[in-house]
Amino acid sequence: MLELMTSMLVPLILAGVALYAAAHRVDVYSGLVDGAGDGLRVLVHIVPSLIGLMTAVYMLRASGALELAAQALAPLLSRVGLPPELLGLMLVRPVSGSAALGVGAEVIGTYGPDSYLGRVAAVMLGSTETTFYTIAVYFGAVGITRTRYAVPAALCADLTGFLAAAWAVRLLFGAG
Amino acid sequence: MTIIWTGMIVVSVLCGLATGRGGLVAAAALEGTQAAVELSLSIAGMLCLWTGVMEVMRRAGLAQKLARLLGPVLGRLFPSVRREKEIMDSIAANVSANLLGLGSAATPLGLEAARRMERLSPGVASDALCMMVVCNTASIQLIPTTVASVRAAAGCAAPFDILPAVWLASGLSVCVGILACKLCARVWRE
Repeated sequence: MLELMTSMLVPLILAGVALYAAAHRVDVYSGLVDGAGDGLRVLVHIVPSLIGLMTAVYMLRASGALELAAQALAPLLSRVGLPPELLGLMLVRPVSGSAALGVGAEVIGTYGPDSYLGRVAAVMLGSTETTFYTIAVYFGAVGITRTRYAVPAALCADLTGFLAAAWAVRLLFGAG
Repeated sequence: MTIIWTGMIVVSVLCGLATGRGGLVAAAALEGTQAAVELSLSIAGMLCLWTGVMEVMRRAGLAQKLARLLGPVLGRLFPSVRREKEIMDSIAANVSANLLGLGSAATPLGLEAARRMERLSPGVASDALCMMVVCNTASIQLIPTTVASVRAAAGCAAPFDILPAVWLASGLSVCVGILACKLCARVWRE
């Protein structure tokens, strides 16, 4: 039931908005086309900043810097209650959604979806976002390069999400 | 962003040289540009569709209704733009789409708000814009369908049993993000 509802969400919203607008005598189609044109102009601004960011992210991943950071950080992690096995996931999560999903799926497959590690990985994926991608898209679209405190504040939220994920799973399922 | 980007490039070059993966790093630079263009093209359709839907919602008065519904909470989060009707409408739509887990719809709606905010303070990220970006980098979706489907594929009988834990974790992370923004807005000097 839940799955059907979530899979039908987009078509239902489209139909609902169209019916509501038509009932209020709005020219639905011309509104849609006008708005979509605006979307295209936004896209033109996003592409350059995405190219910049993704080039850096791909280089960083290929260089092995993430693995080095993982080795350095592992002892610190277990001290704050984060499983070191999930460090790769935590490092990839802010920079690439598809890569994080891949790493997460691997953890879930290896340890089992109902294991402690499997659950924490799933909660981490579900409660955080692809921070750097989001920042690149937003600030790129409006042409802002002076981002002030947005990046540190967002990373703070991510770190809290990771800590809280491990904590919530221990609280609700035990550390089994 | 200049510092972050330059830092990422320098670290990857140094690490690539240290680990003997210089060639891989060079290839990755090329791959990254291609992936960025592919990603841009793949989000183009959804981006245009949802900015279109937002325009229809605005003309029909739906966006304004949504904004009034979420007004009490959002007004407190974005005090500096509370009087800007169109910005608040877009923020309300962005938050609703995020809650429903429609990431591809949330981004174009949020971008509209961001563009209007930028006009108020050109070139610099205002407090309101920082708050909105941070809220969008912290996930607030109610039902994480993608993760649930990964768990189901791994043979999990109850893939949604992690929901309460996800709500706890994302709730906490959003709260810390908001607090960090409010705090930085007070002490940040530039």
